This record gives sequence, structure tokens and C-alpha cells, in this order.
Amino acid sequence: MGAAPSAADSNCLVRNEWICAEYLSSRASQLGEAVVQHIWITVLSVLLGLLAALPLALLARRYRRLEWFVVGATTALYTIPSLALFSLLLPVTGLSASTVVVGLVLYSLTILVRNVLEGLRGVPADVRESALGMGYGSARLLFRVEIPLALPSIMAGMRVATVSTVALTTVGAIIGFGGLGNLLFEAVNTQFRPQVLTAGVLCVVLAVAFDLLLVAMQRVLTPWSKAQVTA
Amino acid sequence: MIGDLWAWFGDPANMQGEEGVWNRLVEHSLLTVTATLIAVLIGLPIALWLGHVGRGGVLAVNISNVGRAVPTFAVLLLLSIGPLGTADLGPYGRAGLATLVALVLFALPPVITNAYVGMREVDRDTVEAARGMGMQGGQLLRRVELPLAMPLIIAGVRLAVVQVWATATIAALVAGPGLGRIITLGFRRLDTVQVVAGALVVAVIALLLEGLMTGLQRVGDPVARARRTSASATAGRAR
Repeated sequence: MGAAPSAADSNCLVRNEWICAEYLSSRASQLGEAVVQHIWITVLSVLLGLLAALPLALLARRYRRLEWFVVGATTALYTIPSLALFSLLLPVTGLSASTVVVGLVLYSLTILVRNVLEGLRGVPADVRESALGMGYGSARLLFRVEIPLALPSIMAGMRVATVSTVALTTVGAIIGFGGLGNLLFEAVNTQFRPQVLTAGVLCVVLAVAFDLLLVAMQRVLTPWSKAQVTA
Repeated sequence: MIGDLWAWFGDPANMQGEEGVWNRLVEHSLLTVTATLIAVLIGLPIALWLGHVGRGGVLAVNISNVGRAVPTFAVLLLLSIGPLGTADLGPYGRAGLATLVALVLFALPPVITNAYVGMREVDRDTVEAARGMGMQGGQLLRRVELPLAMPLIIAGVRLAVVQVWATATIAALVAGPGLGRIITLGFRRLDTVQVVAGALVVAVIALLLEGLMTGLQRVGDPVARARRTSASATAGRAR
């Protein structure tokens, strides 16, 4: 203090301040890359999760004994900490994005299988009967009647799965594929405060943006039922 | 791989000392128990009161959604390079305070949301009947609402334990304490066997904890317990 502030002192990057506009402007491209990676890892994981959850839920619905197994196994997976799950996958998938994506897919199954199953179970029996009476085959019944009616439950599951996937993706930084988590991981050594705060806040913003997008999608997909904003 | 793992666990150098499995296990367990207890002591009274008076539902339910959206890694890092620092905290190890605070923050949402929902889902007719029998305030809470909400309250604690165990693992990413250190050290040494060995310890105990808490949930459900005892009583009569 005392002396007139030099150019360096007036720079919030040098002073390592939490909130720093110069950080945003000078590292825009790095931030952009991290956000893009975060988004594709999240979207790919949740979509693959949904793709895997559908047949699993159908199997569980068809065979009672498998239901116990499928729901139990996906719940057990969820209790395994993310850092440990990625690490257990390491010998199989190596230091690649697949390790992170496979781990996140496994996590999303917990909520998605349950919600798809619940949604399919919620289809009224008489609706199914009338569709069959109209000559619907089982595939057409599934895609034209059952899945559309199960959509509110499926979309509720997608929202929860997506929001938690955005947060979990950060841990992928240990493999080098953590999106914004990579910036956090870098800051462990550099102690660079604006980077930590910016990356953390951007994660939450991403989660909220995905959630709003899914609510909007649900409104479009199920115009007959009003989507609940607070599920 | 399995042979390598066997050899890894058989080597005392990996098990003992500050970096060894036993020390990290003690840190991790202490962190989990302490954080869960603090979260229950803070969160449960708030949730029970809110549930009892039927207020603050939006807050109690949405706090879990918020908790889900915030990355644990970011919070651990914010706290440890922020005011709480990375100083050692007794048996809790490096960055013990920052880790504990982060763990409590992430244990609170499931405790509060589940206890609140449990209280609100107590059958209103039952509460009215208890009122009609002259129960009020604290008595109503202790003898009717609390026992009936117990399964969900314990479910909340179960989720909190799972969450805390997982978050404590991530503490290692910010050079904090716990079993995650074995994993991060393995990554730094490019030692896949060590990474998998550490992950195995973390995962197996997580599954054991989940099983233990699920058992506790079953024991703590008064309705199911009553059904079991009445069922065995009926069976006794039939014999």
C-alpha cells in the first residue's frame, strides 16, 4: 500500500481476486472449450443412458425376477463414488473420454430405468386394451401409445439425470475429460481464484440451462399435460 | 490384474504409514461419521419443525435439487483455497476443515428433504385422530408424526451417508484427506494397479454402507415392524 498503485496491482488477475472480468475476457477461448467439452460429455452420456434404460426397463417389466436385479444393480452402481467408478473403468477403457462417458451412463441408469419403468407401469390398462383392440402390434403399441403416455415420468427422470450428470462430469478431470472440471483441476495447483469461481458458477448455469431446456421440450412433446416446473 | 491387486494389498508398504490404506480409511470414516452426525443434528430439527408446522415446503424440497446441481469438486476447491485453507485438522488430515464443511453442506439436502416429505406424508386422518385423543404439539410430534415419518427420515440419512462417502473421496482431488488419495496418487504415479486398488476399497465400503443403512431403514419402519410382529403372532397361534 502507500505508493501509487502500479499497473500490476490494478490487475485483478495478479491480485488473484475471485471475481475478475479480465479473467473472462482473456481466457474466453479456454472457457469456451471447457464448456463445449462439458456439454458434449453430458449430452452423450444422458442420451446413451436413455438408450440403455429403455430396453432394461422393458426387460424388467416383462420379467418380474429381472426387475429386482435391474433396479438393485443400478441402485448399487449409484452408491459407488464417481472417482472410484472412473478408476475401476480405467483398466477397461483407459485414459480416454469413454471412461468418463461410460461411468456417467451407468449413473444415469439409476434414475432413468426407474422412471421409464414407472412411466410404462402408469399407462392405464384399458388404454392398452383399446390399442390392442384396434389392431396395434406390440412395437406400435410401445412407440405410439405407451412411451408417449410415459413421457412425463421419463422426462422427469431425464431432468434429474442431466442435472446430476453436469455436476458429476467435473470429476472426469482426473482422466483429463472433465469439461469445466479440467479448469478446476488445474486451479488446485495454481490456486487461481477467478478460475475456480468461474468454472463452478458455469457448471451451475449449465445445469439450470439444461433443466429449462428439458422443461421446454416436455411442454412441446406432451402438449396434453402441463409440465411442472418444480418436479 | 487380479494377481497384481492381490500383491498390492499384500504389500505392507501400501497398507501402513500416512499414505497407507489403514490411515486413509480412518480419515475417511471419521470424516463420514462426523459430517453425517453434524448434518443430522442441524438438518433434522429444521426439517421436523418445518414438517410439523407445514411451512417452507418449497425450500425443503428444492434444496435437494440445488444440491444436485452444484459440483462437489467446485465447492471443495472453493472452500480449500478460500478462507478455510488446507491446514491439517487433527485426525481429519490435510484440508480437514474445508472438507468437513463441504461434506456437511452436501449431506444436509437429503436429510432435510426426506425428513420434511416424511413428516408431510403422515396420514392427515391419523394426525387428526391423535388430536381428537387430546394429543398436542410435542406429544403429537414424538408419538405419532415422528414414528410414521421414520422410514423416510432414515432414507434421508442413508442418502446423506452415500453422498458424504462419495464427496469425501473427491476431497483427494483438492489434495484433501481420505481414501481418494490412494487413487489420485496412483494416477500421479501412472500406477493403474494402485488406482484400481484404491477404487475397490472405496466402492466395496460404499456398497457395505448402503446395505447397512438399508437394513437400518427396515428396522426403523414401525408399520412394517408391527406387521412382522403381528404376522409372527398369527403364525404362533396357528401352530
